[in-house]
Amino acid sequence: MKLLPKIRRVLAVLVLLAVTLLFLDFTGALRHWLGWLAKIQFLPAVLALNLVIVAVLVLFTLVLGRSYCSIICPLGIFQDGVSWLSGQRDKRRKRLRFSYKKEIKWLRYGVLALFVVAIILGINAFVAILAPYSAYGRIVTNLFQPVYRWGNNLLATIAANHESYAFFTKDVWLKSLPTFIIAAVTFVILVILAWKGGRTYCNSVCPVGTTLSFFSRFAMFRPVIDSDKCKNCHICERGCKASCINIAEHKIDYSRCVDCFNCLENCKFNALEYKFAWGGKAKGASAPAVNPEDPGRRAFLASGALLATALTVEAQEKKVDGGFATVLGKKEPERTGRLVPFGAKGVKNFYDHCTACGLCISQCPNQVLRPSSDLMHLMQPYMSFEDGYCRPECTACSQVCPAGAILPLTPEEKTQIHVGAATVDYDLCIVNADGVSCGNCSRHCPVFAIHMVKKDPDDPDSLSIPAVDTEICIGCGACENLCPARPYSAIHVNGREVHIDNRR
Amino acid sequence: MDRRQFLKTSAAGAAAVAAASATGKIVKAQTSQEDKPGEMLLRTNSRNGDKVSLLGYGCMRWPMIKDPDGTQHIDQDTVNELVDYAYNHGVNYFDTAPTYLQGQSEKAAGIALSRYPRNTYFAATKLSNFNSRSERESKQMYHRSFENLRTDYIDYYLLHSIGSGGYPVFKDRYEDNHMMEFLLKEREAGRIRNLGFSFHGSQDAFDTLIELDSKYHWDFVQIEMNYLDWRHAKAPRNTNAEYLYEQLYKRNLPMVLMEPLLGGRLARMAEGPAHKLLERDPERTIASWAFRFVGTYPGVLSALSGMTNMDVLKENVNTFSNFEPLTQEEIDFLMEIAILLDSYPTVPCNDCKYCMPCPYGIDIPGIFVHYNEMVNTGQIAISSEQKEFARLRRKYLVSYDRAIETVRQADHCVHCHKCEEHCPQSIRIPQEIERIGNYVEKLRRGTL
Repeated sequence: MKLLPKIRRVLAVLVLLAVTLLFLDFTGALRHWLGWLAKIQFLPAVLALNLVIVAVLVLFTLVLGRSYCSIICPLGIFQDGVSWLSGQRDKRRKRLRFSYKKEIKWLRYGVLALFVVAIILGINAFVAILAPYSAYGRIVTNLFQPVYRWGNNLLATIAANHESYAFFTKDVWLKSLPTFIIAAVTFVILVILAWKGGRTYCNSVCPVGTTLSFFSRFAMFRPVIDSDKCKNCHICERGCKASCINIAEHKIDYSRCVDCFNCLENCKFNALEYKFAWGGKAKGASAPAVNPEDPGRRAFLASGALLATALTVEAQEKKVDGGFATVLGKKEPERTGRLVPFGAKGVKNFYDHCTACGLCISQCPNQVLRPSSDLMHLMQPYMSFEDGYCRPECTACSQVCPAGAILPLTPEEKTQIHVGAATVDYDLCIVNADGVSCGNCSRHCPVFAIHMVKKDPDDPDSLSIPAVDTEICIGCGACENLCPARPYSAIHVNGREVHIDNRR
Repeated sequence: MDRRQFLKTSAAGAAAVAAASATGKIVKAQTSQEDKPGEMLLRTNSRNGDKVSLLGYGCMRWPMIKDPDGTQHIDQDTVNELVDYAYNHGVNYFDTAPTYLQGQSEKAAGIALSRYPRNTYFAATKLSNFNSRSERESKQMYHRSFENLRTDYIDYYLLHSIGSGGYPVFKDRYEDNHMMEFLLKEREAGRIRNLGFSFHGSQDAFDTLIELDSKYHWDFVQIEMNYLDWRHAKAPRNTNAEYLYEQLYKRNLPMVLMEPLLGGRLARMAEGPAHKLLERDPERTIASWAFRFVGTYPGVLSALSGMTNMDVLKENVNTFSNFEPLTQEEIDFLMEIAILLDSYPTVPCNDCKYCMPCPYGIDIPGIFVHYNEMVNTGQIAISSEQKEFARLRRKYLVSYDRAIETVRQADHCVHCHKCEEHCPQSIRIPQEIERIGNYVEKLRRGTL
């Protein structure tokens, strides 16, 4: 039976690597192959009302116990890794550093109850902080991704010097400070907990773990102690990172056992066996919610240096040849309606389903999606167009969303969905402000929603200013992003509460 | 008069052109010069006896160093080394302007040149009053040139880039503000040894300026001449060099040439024409053909090359120190190359940066140079159905992002048209930028 822990480890390492790469990859190459790993995560599947996956996971747990926590949940595997590293300090003593602890019932069930209430009331920040898959996604996107991208950018620099196009530079920027802080704090707390006590988080806090525990205590297959063979050496108990083996009573708390099989391996007397036993029961969670506004602020993190954007527009007079006019960074406008991605159906639907894992943000190639810093939607994404716009050919976020917050789309369908409508600030428009001809918004509108109209219809020589046909405008933000007015664009998109879907 | 005939007649008239035999072949084209192999070819100014190196140094493309705050300054140490080498190998004509290199060229030239005796080199600079045209500002610019060049006389002084906009612009820049009167007096006083103008524009504009010779008595004229512009200048906004040359030669007006290499476009070119040139003579560099072309014509005082680094400087010095004029047959061959070059969809941008800075931050020459490079290296995709499309798309987009900051790319051009009046090549800049922007957009969408 020594094979089981090995299989578990191989699967766990593969899954952790794959999920991590899914979040790190910005080329769009991996999501087609690895996107399913996000979709089989428990909470996203529940929020997506993906009943097939939820049923499969419940059945899986009923048959095999909480193996989910050991081979599917990236946060669980990540903690196992930390715990294993901790054990490597001194193999004899540290590896066997655990002991049986009683279940902290009030904490487990209290957190779960609050979690369910939070989902029902739409207190998304609370849900997002505790949800294990989302927490892991956040750690990867906020902590690992910058390192990954800097590494990539170094390779890109080297490639550029060798006329190679294998790597291209990717901007690294701090998309939301609160989100970054939460990710960092989560990371530190989890590392400390796992370093000291193994699966403390999973067995005392994690709402998904607690939910699965209702089924796992009746699992068909489970590790069982053979009292006849057991010599009461306590090695299994001391090696149990879930602290669920009570050797004094020869009992295992199956609600906490994550089926890592380390005990099977540790027992020199073959007193532990993974075998058929019986039990059964069921429960789940689902949700609706609410939504307000979010004026998000942000800063760039370019090559490690924090640089803020500022000041006024300057169109400079040509005096000498060469050089560049200063191009100011854009600032986020105040929008009367929040912008959520194509495929989200509407603001409410989006935030009801989103678990704030950040996968869509990590996959957005156009620097459009970023986590919200607003309390009610903390860490949940929204769109803005300072550094790019929602390009017509891209459907990356809709392909990866595991929670059904962004439903799959084709590029063709995208032009039939209206997520917002552009509005012009005629005082900022350079046609008025600088007295020059422009029309850049109109030229780049993918659906031709912007008409250039004469400022003075009676004067054929007068300059033209943009006018938006809001019926046609889909809210992609091309106009806003490419508007020359800075730092505030003269044209910006306001989100629609409910997206208009003209797909036939 | 066609070119062949013209070469014949000019040969008969010019001092030392032993030209065109019955077969139309140029035997040797040399003006009054000291033609010693291994030494810089000198041309004598027929009007005042100046012995000018046929290779002139254009101070428009010196290397710049980027400061941490994003601004740029001239790499003076390298400039000094370049000028030293050029000077020591017989280059004695240095052409700068107050606007070049973000306004830093004149001063850098002054620093480098003032280390040599003033009477051993010819300094040329210009009145670049494109924007600040008032008498006060124009005179200020004039006097600052003396300070920058650390001199009390200028050998060759030019009215900078006139022709586009025609006579009205000339009148506005030089006549209405009384600058012509002032400059004529300065010439009389000896502070300007030769007064001329640099020309870019239509044939009509050129004719008008030449007519003004009777009034202003030009001492020389600077024109753009090379084997592509000889007959393929984009009319009507530009004039074929063949016409300009004929007119000036006829009037015995000494010529200084700009863009003999078209900012490198006659050195780095598409594989097709490059192959033909190499096949013709594997041992000659492609650039040397362009220099030999301009050096073959009598009446040319100096051909300016904006040499950025020591390698091109050495190569060009070599070309002009062991100068071999073209035969008629070789000229005909270059005319065929020109037809071929003209068939590529490159933008005729020589990266002179006169259009810069774009008030909206667009990197105009950067976008054109990148596009031309892609055209010349055959990296332009034709259709998304094409087998190679994915590779070509990636190469264009990755290299585009590397070459041009996102906010300075083509899709940010607002079509304000402020750049157009500055372009000596009269490129319809916003139109061309849009053409490239559309290509990039189609690549991005994969809908080419």
